[in-house]
Amino acid sequence: MTAILKTRLKQFLLLPLWFALLAWPLMGGAGAAQLAMTLILGGLSVWGIWSLSRTAGFKNIIVAPTRLFPLHFLRRRGDFFKKALTGCGGVILIILPLFLNNYYIDILSLAALYALLAIGLNITVGYTGLLDLGYAAFYGVGAYTYAILSTGFGLSFWLGLPLGAAVAACFGLILGLITLRLRGDYLAIITLGFVQITYLCLNNWDTVTQGPNGMMQIGRPALGSFVFRTPIHFYYLISVFVVLAAVAVHRLMQSQIGRAWIAIREDEVAAEAMGIDTTRIKTLAFVLGAAIAGVAGVLFSARYTFISPESFTFLESVRILSMVVLGGMGSLPGAILGAFLLTVLPEILRGLTNYRMLIFGIALVVMMVFRPQGLLGKRS
Amino acid sequence: MFLQQLINGLTLGGVYALVALGYTMVYGILGLINFAHGEIYMIGAYLGIIYLGLFTVLGLTESHLLLSLFLAFILSALTCAGYGVTMERIAYRPLRKAHRLSPLISAIGMSIFLQNYVMLTQGASDKVFPHLFSMEAGPVRDFPMSPIQGFIIAASFLLMAALHFFVRKTRLGKAMRATSQDKTMAALCGIPIDRIIAITFIIGSILAAAAGVMVSIYYGVVNFYIGYVAGLKAFTAAVLGGIGNLPGAMLGGLLLGLVESLGAAYISTEFKDGFAFLILILVLIFRPRGLLGEKSGDRV
Repeated sequence: MTAILKTRLKQFLLLPLWFALLAWPLMGGAGAAQLAMTLILGGLSVWGIWSLSRTAGFKNIIVAPTRLFPLHFLRRRGDFFKKALTGCGGVILIILPLFLNNYYIDILSLAALYALLAIGLNITVGYTGLLDLGYAAFYGVGAYTYAILSTGFGLSFWLGLPLGAAVAACFGLILGLITLRLRGDYLAIITLGFVQITYLCLNNWDTVTQGPNGMMQIGRPALGSFVFRTPIHFYYLISVFVVLAAVAVHRLMQSQIGRAWIAIREDEVAAEAMGIDTTRIKTLAFVLGAAIAGVAGVLFSARYTFISPESFTFLESVRILSMVVLGGMGSLPGAILGAFLLTVLPEILRGLTNYRMLIFGIALVVMMVFRPQGLLGKRS
Repeated sequence: MFLQQLINGLTLGGVYALVALGYTMVYGILGLINFAHGEIYMIGAYLGIIYLGLFTVLGLTESHLLLSLFLAFILSALTCAGYGVTMERIAYRPLRKAHRLSPLISAIGMSIFLQNYVMLTQGASDKVFPHLFSMEAGPVRDFPMSPIQGFIIAASFLLMAALHFFVRKTRLGKAMRATSQDKTMAALCGIPIDRIIAITFIIGSILAAAAGVMVSIYYGVVNFYIGYVAGLKAFTAAVLGGIGNLPGAMLGGLLLGLVESLGAAYISTEFKDGFAFLILILVLIFRPRGLLGEKSGDRV
């Protein structure tokens, strides 16, 4: 009994006091006391609810009603259920914008853009297991390629799209060729250095990128006489690319290349021993991911008609990475779900603007500790 | 001019080296890039200004400048040690057996959290503090070194020497070396691994705090985002010297400081921050094990 009491005391009193002590110099006495009280009360209430939920009576209240519905039928047909759910989600995403105002459609189209980026990053990080912290650099290269070509030479969107993808893919190829013989953490760091250098170049190479002022009046896409102008146009335009990318990646994953990616992620040495040309396959993952980021960049430029280096920082890479991680690394629906959740949720939590990044940081840690495989990922 | 830049570089390099040691020690023992280490340094810088401000209000800096400086060092080192050890307990220890990407992402999360925590509690604007030391060239005539630069160079070398002694000559240091060579074997020999790892974080945080306090009195201004860039540069220094290798981190830090201040003076100021990454990429391409690192084969 005393042992239990001791651990409880430690958990609910000493731990909050320790945090408060740490926070004292930075938060001041009043702030630290407030923090301690919040943690103690919060801890106690969470503990209370948790122990309540373990009692038999509580279980009956919650569980009994669900017995009335034959939900086990769904579990047995899990595959069918999953397909139905995905289909419903897809239909909702197609119809939903028709009923929303421009502000919400704008958020949805941003979410779709992030979904495209998450699909691309998922190839390198999720399938192939290469931690790329510099993904925003490819995104930026694509965006600036189109911006420069459009403002300087009046290039049309439909020509800029493949060009942006190609230039980003070239950067991916160069980065891939020089870095891919490094392993794991080194690769992560070098990609980080890459995004930093790209940002410095975009910010300081005034003659080409106009530096921190950004580039303005980038051309909008047009089909014949129809010009993409309103958020809803862009929502559907971006969605088309998301679907294309998702289908392409899904089909790739059924092929020899997809299996090689997974094999490299699981055990690179074994994969090499089985005759996979690991350098070539890894570079391919890098180049494809970069090309998708390039496409997303061109779409971003065309959507906002204004870009500045601030949109392509390391933090942007981290944001895309956390979408992939949240959804589940190596899961295509996961990447899309993660992108939508992390774009839409912060808008709902708008009142907490100041605390948004704070919560984001904690969420990453908590996610890794309690559910490292993400929402839809499989535990390996 | 050249001598001036050399001394600036050494000052900067001493600071980088102290932070780099924290990266390299943790990497040597856990194989983890502790992304949040730069934030510990940033918190140390804030605490330096906060404690020195407190002492100024109390009138201690006027009467006993060196004593108050010493106290500020001790206090912020203790606080940062608390932060470091708590961070390890929450974000890294539960993930010790997880997939290798997990602790890295957890570390990024920790770094974002700490940055925003400091921003929310201390405000987003620069925190400025009056210079306690004269910034003029120092007591020796015609020698372009201010007292504060001399102090930083001396203190960082002293701390590095102390660390070297600790790791090489004491029982704890021996346990740390054993743990970094082979955790399982060290545990079998009766070394309390968890405690050794916690101590590693504590030492790393103390060094980072010292670097932070020195920077805060050197520049007299801190901001919540200084940890990110400084952390990256210190990490570069650790890689340059050979990650996991303590003398390597010291050498790497000093070299990086020199390259940066000479590069900013003679090549380009705008791309000052780029030199570090360029060096990083070149080192990783041509000599991934760093200047002093040993070649390690792939473990299958």
